[in-house]
Amino acid sequence: MIPRSARGRMAVDRTIKVLSTFFSLLALVALGWILFAVLARGMGAINLQFFTKLPTPPGMAGGGLGNAILGTGIITAIATILGVPIGLLGGVYLAEFGADSRLATATRFTSNVLMGTPSIIIGVFVYTILVLPRGQFSGYAGAVALSIIMLPVIARTTEDMLALVPNALRESALALGAPRWKVTLGVVFRAARNGLVTGALLAVARVSGETAPLLFTALNSPFWPESIMRPMPNLTVTIFNYAMSPFADWKAMAWGASLLIMAAVLVLAVGSRIVFRQKST
Amino acid sequence: MSTALDKLVAVVRGGGKVSETTPPTGRADVAFRWLTAACALLVILIMAGMVVELFYNSRLSLKEFGFGFLWSTDWNPVLQKFGAASSIYGTLVSTILAMVIAMPLGVLTALFLVELAPPGISKVVGAGVELLAAVPSIIFGMWGLFVFAPFMADHVQPFLQQWLGFLPLFRGAPLGIGMLPAGIILALMILPFITAVSRDVFAMVPSVVKESGYGMGSTTWEVTRKVTLRHGIRGIIGAGFLGLGRAIGETMAITFVIGNSHQLSASLFEPGNSIASTLANEFTEASEPMYLSALIELGLVLFFMTVIAQMIAHFWLNRVRRQMGDGL
Amino acid sequence: MIDEISEEIATKPVVSEHAGDEKIGVKISVKDLDFFYGSTQALYNNTLDIFGNRVTAIIGPSGCGKSTHIRVYNRIFELYRGQRVSGAVLMDGHDILSPDQDVIELRRKIGMIFQKPTPFPMTVFENVAYGLRLHYKVSKSELTGRVELALRDAALWEEVKDKQGEPGLALSGGQQQRLCIARAIAVEPEVLLMDEPTSAIDPLATAKIEELVEQLKSKYTIVIVTHNMQQAARISDYTAFFYQGKIIEFGRTKQIFTKPAKKQTEDYITGRFG
Repeated sequence: MIPRSARGRMAVDRTIKVLSTFFSLLALVALGWILFAVLARGMGAINLQFFTKLPTPPGMAGGGLGNAILGTGIITAIATILGVPIGLLGGVYLAEFGADSRLATATRFTSNVLMGTPSIIIGVFVYTILVLPRGQFSGYAGAVALSIIMLPVIARTTEDMLALVPNALRESALALGAPRWKVTLGVVFRAARNGLVTGALLAVARVSGETAPLLFTALNSPFWPESIMRPMPNLTVTIFNYAMSPFADWKAMAWGASLLIMAAVLVLAVGSRIVFRQKST
Repeated sequence: MSTALDKLVAVVRGGGKVSETTPPTGRADVAFRWLTAACALLVILIMAGMVVELFYNSRLSLKEFGFGFLWSTDWNPVLQKFGAASSIYGTLVSTILAMVIAMPLGVLTALFLVELAPPGISKVVGAGVELLAAVPSIIFGMWGLFVFAPFMADHVQPFLQQWLGFLPLFRGAPLGIGMLPAGIILALMILPFITAVSRDVFAMVPSVVKESGYGMGSTTWEVTRKVTLRHGIRGIIGAGFLGLGRAIGETMAITFVIGNSHQLSASLFEPGNSIASTLANEFTEASEPMYLSALIELGLVLFFMTVIAQMIAHFWLNRVRRQMGDGL
Repeated sequence: MIDEISEEIATKPVVSEHAGDEKIGVKISVKDLDFFYGSTQALYNNTLDIFGNRVTAIIGPSGCGKSTHIRVYNRIFELYRGQRVSGAVLMDGHDILSPDQDVIELRRKIGMIFQKPTPFPMTVFENVAYGLRLHYKVSKSELTGRVELALRDAALWEEVKDKQGEPGLALSGGQQQRLCIARAIAVEPEVLLMDEPTSAIDPLATAKIEELVEQLKSKYTIVIVTHNMQQAARISDYTAFFYQGKIIEFGRTKQIFTKPAKKQTEDYITGRFG
C-alpha cells in the first residue's frame, strides 16, 4: 500500500475551513448591508410630521404617513385579536385532547401546509370570500388575511409548548378535583406562559411586515382610516406604491416607512427571544 | 347503530394525554373540548375553503384555456388571451437559482457554526443568520431594487459577462434587475432556513461517532463529508424541499427586482416574472372577469406547486425520522 | 536496551516489582502528565509505561480519569476547547504531544474503540475501507483483500462475509463493536486504545471481544479502560489503578490482583469502595 500524503488532505481541510468561514460571514455582511441601507436612507424621512401628518402629493413639502402607521396598527391588532385565541385553543386541542386522533393528525398536516402557503395566495383567497362579494376592499379583509397566516403558527407553537409541560402537573391539578378546562387555562397555560408569549410575538412579528396579503384586501388609502369596512392605509403597501413611483420624495418616504417596519419587526423578534430566554433561567 | 355524529365524536375524542385516565366530566369540560376541536377544525376548513374558492373563481379561465394554460406563453389582457408559461418559467428559474446558491451556502454556514467557530463567534453569527430570517420581504425588495441592483449592474454583471459572456445565460444588458438578482435575493431569504436545519442535523450526530472519525485520523472536513453529512443528508434534503416551497411563493422581494416582463428568455440578465410577482402587479388592475379569473388560476397553479413541494418534504422527513430512529 | 528499561521501571515508586526477564520493550512512556478541563485538574502527575504487544488494563472508580488518560495518547481531547495537557507522552521515544507531531499520522498509528459501537452511516465494507482510503492509495482488489483480512482479524468475517453491502448499523451491537475493531486495525496501527469497549453490549458478545483482545495482542499494543475488574484480571498483562486522577499503583496484573502494594488498591479490588 502506498501511503497518501497528509499534506494534501490538510490543504483541502484548510481550504474548506476558510471557505465556510467566508460564506458564513457573507450572511452577516448581507444583514449588515441591508440594515445599514435602511437606516442611512430612512433616517432622513423620520421626523415628527412623519408620524402625525397625512401624505402630501408628490413635489409638495412636508406631510407624513400618520394614517398608514395607524392603519397598520389597527390591521395588526385586529389580526392578533382574531388569530391568537383561535390558534391557542386549536393548539390546546392538539396537545391536550387530540393526540393521535384523525382530526389532530389532519390538523397538524394542514397547519404545516398552510404555514408554507405563499401569503399572496392567502390574499387571493380572502379577496374571493370577503372583497369580491361586497365589491369593496376593506381593512377588515386585510386583518382576516393576516390572522389566517398567524393561525397555524400559533397553533403549532402552542402544541409544542404545552407538550413541554410535565404530565404530573396536569395530574396533580386534576387530582385536586379541578375541571379540565380550569386545569388547562389556569395551570398548564401558566406553566407554559413564556413559550406561548414567544410564539404569539413571533407570529405578530411575522405578519406586521407582510405586504402581499394586504395588496388586494386592505388595499391602501391616502386618508385617515375611518371604518374597518373600507380600504385602509397601511405602511407596507405604501412602501410598495411609493417605491414604484417616479417621485424622489415618495421614494424617500418609502425608505422612512421601511425603517419603521424593520425596527418594529426586529424589536418584536428580539423581544420574543428575550421572553423565551427568561423561561430557561 | 353508528350515526355520522357518533363517527365525528370518535374522531374528535382520540386518545388525549390525560384524558384516558380522566374522561371529561361536567358540561363545561365537554363544551371546552368541543370548542378547542372546533378551533382545530377551522384550520382544515380554511384550507378546504381555499382550494374550493381558487377553483371556483378561476372557472372562466379553466374552461376557456384548459390545460393549454400551463404551456401557453400568451399574456394579453387586451385580447383576453392568457397563459402561465412565462410566469411558471420565471418561478422555476428563480427558485432553482436560489436553491443552487443557498444549499451549499447554508450547509457550509452550518458547518462553520457547529464545527469550526469558537462558541462566542458561533453565537453572534448564528444570531445574525436568524435575524436575516426576520427581515420582511418588502425590505429585501427595497434593498434589492435600490441598493443591490445598481451594485449588480456596476460590478457583478460586467464581470460575469467578461468571463462567462459566451454562455447564453449571461447575455443582455447588465440592468441589475432580472432573474439573477431575483435568485440571489431569494437565496439570502431562504439561507437562514437551510442553515438552521443543517445546524440541527450536524448537532444531532452523536459526538462519539464524530470522535471515532477523528480517531481514525480524519480531518474536520473528512469527518463532516463522510460521517456527519452522511448521517444528515436526508434531513438536509428534506430541508431543501421546505426551502423550495418557500422560495416558490416568495412575492414582494421578487416583484421589486425581477423586472416584471412576460417575455421568456434564456438569459439570467433579462427581466422576467414569477407567478407571485404577476399577481402582485396585476391583480388590482384586472377589471375584466376573464383577466381576474386567469390571475386566480395562476394563484391555483402556485398553490399546487407549493403544496407538492411541502408534501414531498413532509413524507420524506417522516420516512427519514422513522428510519433513523433516535439517530436523527 | 531492554535492561535499561527495566532498570528505569524498577526505580519508580508506584510501580510494583517487575519481572526483569520480560523480553519486551516500552511502546508508550507517559511522564508527569497533568490534564485540565478549563481550570479543573483531572490528572495529576501520571507516569506510566505501556509495554509493546501486551494488554494493559486501566481500572478505577468512575470519574477517576481513566478515559481522560487514554484520550491523551491520540490527542482526541484536542477536539474540545479548554482541555489542556502538560507533561510528555513518548511513543517509541518521540513526544507525541510536541507541536511538530502530525496528528493524522499519530491517529493512524493509534486506533481507538469507544464505549458505544460507532459504525459510520455506510455499508460494512465501506466502514472497514474508510481508514484505508483515507491513508493509502489502494487499488480496488487490494482494498477488497485488506477489508477481508481486517474482518478476519476482528473475528467477524464468517458472520458478515455475505452482508458486506449492508449498512453497518444493521449489525447487532456486538458485531458493530467488532466492526469498529476491524475498521481500526485495517490501517495497521501499532496501538489500540479501548475505552470500556464492552460496557454497552451483552455478556456473550463481551466474551467474544475479550477472546479477540487475547488474539490481537500478538500484533498490537493494547490499552483497555474497564470498570469490570474480572475483565481486567482475565485479559490484561499489566494493570494500572487510577484514583482521583492519580495513578495509585501499576504493575503486573497477577500481582495487582493478588498482592497489591497499596491499601487503596486492595480496598478497590476487594470491593470496599468504588
